[in-house]
Amino acid sequence: MSDRLAVRKTYKLYLGGAFPRSESGRTYEVTDARGHFLANAARASRKDARDAVVAARGAFAMWSGATAYNRGQVLYRVAEVMEGRAAQFAEEVAAGEGLSAGKARASVDAAIDRWVWYAGWTDKLAGVLGSSNPVAGPYFGFSVPEPTGVVAVLAPQRSSLLGLVSVVAPVLAAGNTAVVVSSLERPLPAITLGEVLATSDVPGGVANLLTGDAAELAPWLAEHADVDGIDLAGAPTPLAMELERSAAGTIKRVLRTPAEEPDWTADPGLSRMRPFLETKSVWHPIGV
Amino acid sequence: MTHVLDPNALDGAGSQDTAPGTPPEPFADVTRSGDAFRAFLHGLPGVDQVGAEIRAKVLGTRSIKTTAKAWAIDTAISMVDLTTLEGADTPGKVRSLAAKARRPDPEDLTCPSVAAVCVYGDLADVAKRALEGTDVRVAAVATAFPSGRASRAVKLADVRDAVANGADEIDMVIDRGAFLAGRYLDVFDEIVAVKEACGPAHLKVILETGELVTYDNVRRASWLAMLAGGDFIKTSTGKISPASTLPVCLVMLEAVRDFRAATGRQVGLKPAGGIRTTKDAIKHLVLVNETAGADWLSPDWFRLGASSLLNDLLLQRQKLRTGHYSGPDHVSVD
Amino acid sequence: MTSLFEYAPAPESRSIVDVRPSYGLFVDGEFTDGTGSTMKTVNPATEEVLSEVAVGSGEDVDRAVRAARRAFTRVWGPMRPADRGKYLFRIARLLQERAREFAVLESLDNGKPIRESRDFDVPQAAAHFFHHAGWADKLDHAGLGPAPRPLGVAGQVIPWNFPMLMLAWKIAPALATGNTVVLKPAETTPLTALLFAEVCQQADLPPGVVNIVTGAGDTGRSLVAHPDVDKVAFTGSTEVGREIARSVAGTQKRLTLELGGKAANIVFDDAPIDQAVEGIVRGIFFNQGHVCCAGSRLLVQESVHDEVLASLQRRIGTLRIGDPLDKNTDIGAINSAEQLVRIRELSEIGEAEGAQRWQPECTLPDRGYWFPPTVFTDVSAAHRIARDEVFGPVLSVLTFRTPDEAVAKANNTTYGLSAGVWTEKGSRILAITDRLRAGVVWANTFNEFDPTSPFGGYKQSGYGREGGRQGLAAYLQGDH
Repeated sequence: MSDRLAVRKTYKLYLGGAFPRSESGRTYEVTDARGHFLANAARASRKDARDAVVAARGAFAMWSGATAYNRGQVLYRVAEVMEGRAAQFAEEVAAGEGLSAGKARASVDAAIDRWVWYAGWTDKLAGVLGSSNPVAGPYFGFSVPEPTGVVAVLAPQRSSLLGLVSVVAPVLAAGNTAVVVSSLERPLPAITLGEVLATSDVPGGVANLLTGDAAELAPWLAEHADVDGIDLAGAPTPLAMELERSAAGTIKRVLRTPAEEPDWTADPGLSRMRPFLETKSVWHPIGV
Repeated sequence: MTHVLDPNALDGAGSQDTAPGTPPEPFADVTRSGDAFRAFLHGLPGVDQVGAEIRAKVLGTRSIKTTAKAWAIDTAISMVDLTTLEGADTPGKVRSLAAKARRPDPEDLTCPSVAAVCVYGDLADVAKRALEGTDVRVAAVATAFPSGRASRAVKLADVRDAVANGADEIDMVIDRGAFLAGRYLDVFDEIVAVKEACGPAHLKVILETGELVTYDNVRRASWLAMLAGGDFIKTSTGKISPASTLPVCLVMLEAVRDFRAATGRQVGLKPAGGIRTTKDAIKHLVLVNETAGADWLSPDWFRLGASSLLNDLLLQRQKLRTGHYSGPDHVSVD
Repeated sequence: MTSLFEYAPAPESRSIVDVRPSYGLFVDGEFTDGTGSTMKTVNPATEEVLSEVAVGSGEDVDRAVRAARRAFTRVWGPMRPADRGKYLFRIARLLQERAREFAVLESLDNGKPIRESRDFDVPQAAAHFFHHAGWADKLDHAGLGPAPRPLGVAGQVIPWNFPMLMLAWKIAPALATGNTVVLKPAETTPLTALLFAEVCQQADLPPGVVNIVTGAGDTGRSLVAHPDVDKVAFTGSTEVGREIARSVAGTQKRLTLELGGKAANIVFDDAPIDQAVEGIVRGIFFNQGHVCCAGSRLLVQESVHDEVLASLQRRIGTLRIGDPLDKNTDIGAINSAEQLVRIRELSEIGEAEGAQRWQPECTLPDRGYWFPPTVFTDVSAAHRIARDEVFGPVLSVLTFRTPDEAVAKANNTTYGLSAGVWTEKGSRILAITDRLRAGVVWANTFNEFDPTSPFGGYKQSGYGREGGRQGLAAYLQGDH
């Protein structure tokens, strides 16, 4: 057994492609499932959320304007880097969710596979959801899916990596940019995912990961006029209705909180991409 | 109400202050070279086919009733260029047509006469004599009508012959081959030459839009003909299908409207071929009214090249006057 | 300039329509009295009272929802899909057969020109039923996984601008997918929906599948809030859309919203100018500008501004304003006194803010609600007439110099329903279309609609689509 003293990791936010501390300077103690200290995570503030929205908006044109093939390549690269970090993820998942090493590893594998699955969707969406419209007139008509814009994602509280990936990857695959609030009690895989994103080819600002309390941050995001959609997956139950009401103020697309946290291993279909895709129908006359 | 042709209107329109072959300001220099002319014509705004056809179709749904219809029928009669352009034409046929032109409805003296009789040049003198003492003009087709495939010398001789035979108006055809090949200046020069050969006769320039095919071409050819000094632009010879259509007229009406706005010079329009019913004629008048405007609603500025149309106009006129439907035996067969 | 060619009046006969002095609610296949008050519906072109209709109470709404639930559970849900389709085909045919009647009634109650109700609203409504009829037994192919299930009872609230067409947009997909419907027509335009109820009877549609509950805001609120409604579909103002979204928050109700707009109609210097002018006119003056996707902001490239404006003004001068039943009328009446007030107010604010108002010379009828076609120039992006939805025949003209500026200005709105782009350059069309944040982009055309073409907004213009395969998702649960 080595007597080397371990170098501990500082967990920070992932915002605009950088790893800042919370502007508020706040941190909170993260413990494992048995209550042992794991790390001090940054407790993001409303101003961090605001900055994250600015970063996400700034990255939207480039990310949504990239070719679907390119987005797929970039997202696949994320899975590659995740695979290299699988052991670290598994440790964090095991500690946070109180899983055995084997189950934690299986959950991480599922998360990586889920990411790969979504990476493969980028250049299929237009074919599957778009259409050529046989209108009754001399017009060429077609409809294409386009990303909604900036999506706030409240990650599941329990499933700290598979659940997180299951809500973040679809938003990005559809071409949106994201402001993600991690699980409050199990935030570490989210920050490690941030490190993965930073070392893949995902442009800064495309995904922003905030650790902290969704109950504190979500109201700001739900009301934020420059947020186009919100996934309430991890919203604290008593807050969900209020968040949906707030989101109505700017007609945000809302993916509601399920009654209980779903089984994230189930095939999600298009259920998490469709809500954050718009349909654009285009008409042009046909003439000589 | 009826229209009497104002001879000064036509002469005024036909005269140009500038030297022959020089387009009016502000376009005087656009024909300085073939390239310049091409650049000018291709710089005209494009025409979206679907949009133009929808506009014409919507105007075609106007409902013209009672007093408006009566006015429109008489106006349309006064705008008819009553036409016979057959190889089998004879002096007798032309005299019969002329008689019909001066008094379309022998039973009704309030019925206006038509604008002109349109014949081949060799029969212009027959028409001229038959129409003496009336305001009905004699129009003659020339320039190797309808194909226009002859040397310029032959075409000009054709024009001079028709004018010498008494034609008041010359309906020439453009060289579509040259136009489609992009030799716009050749087409232009030929129109200028024909205009000179016309002397006092005024010139209608037939574009043969059925061979130009696209509305972009129709617009360019319209401008070309107006810049070259044509007094009227005319859609078709009637020998090619499609002949005149409402959208083609729409595009040409936009051209005469815009040309006047730019140069101050008003050019007339004559759709020809395919206009057979009163309904067709009224649709054309609506199109004129709502596109170029009321200034064009006179035979000085708008003509309908047709043969069978006149009888339908007369039948409808009788129906309006008597309140019951008439029949073909109540109008003359020519 | 007065025209030599004065078109004599060409009125469509209204004798084809038999407007009853009063109407009840259509619930469970029968016309029944409401338990609430009544309201009068007027012809906005004359202010003549056309009929008195029921204001559906909460109790009436409940009765209608219960009827819809019964019909869903017992009849419509279990029915063979092909048979559901056949009912919709029947309805489509009946609408075609009675098209003239619907058109006249629509123009009477709404004020829109008969040319539009006859050539657009009613044929399009029939087309929507035809299109969706065919979907009823093909839902496995809708891209929502195998055997997608209907949601149940749909509560639908529609606006007054296209009363019959909006009814078709709502009812046709709901029925085709196996849902039953309680529909609340707009307060000022209930009559064609009530005539549609007769069509349902003629089609032998099972009782309760379609229920029509007339009324005003409170009736709509009761419907949206009813606990046994599974699906809410609304077309109308963004303000009411917000209220509805708040109202369904925390429930399992599915919601689609089709809300306001402030569309940019972008004209580049290489546009087909004459057709662009037609498109501008159709964009803003179609249906008196009472169109959520109206092209109310003209963005014209500076280099052709004067030419386009001159052409546009000349063209507007030819528009014929007056009796909606006259076949030659281009612009009819404003739908209500209330809407007229709003249009006037916003126009006055436009002038007060420094924009130049232009209106053609035209005489408006003495009675009724009228507003002439209006163009504001010298409009800046900060002016309220460039930002607020006027929902009337009022066009704001702005300019741009480069494609980037055009896109930036076009997208500078909280709405995102539609946009237009005019240029003869194909690659530019595709580039601009790609960057416009709007649910419908008309390139070298405007205000075209089709049941096969999904319609709906980005941003605060709403969510969900109506029409096409994409529109079915709003009424089905499946793998999506």
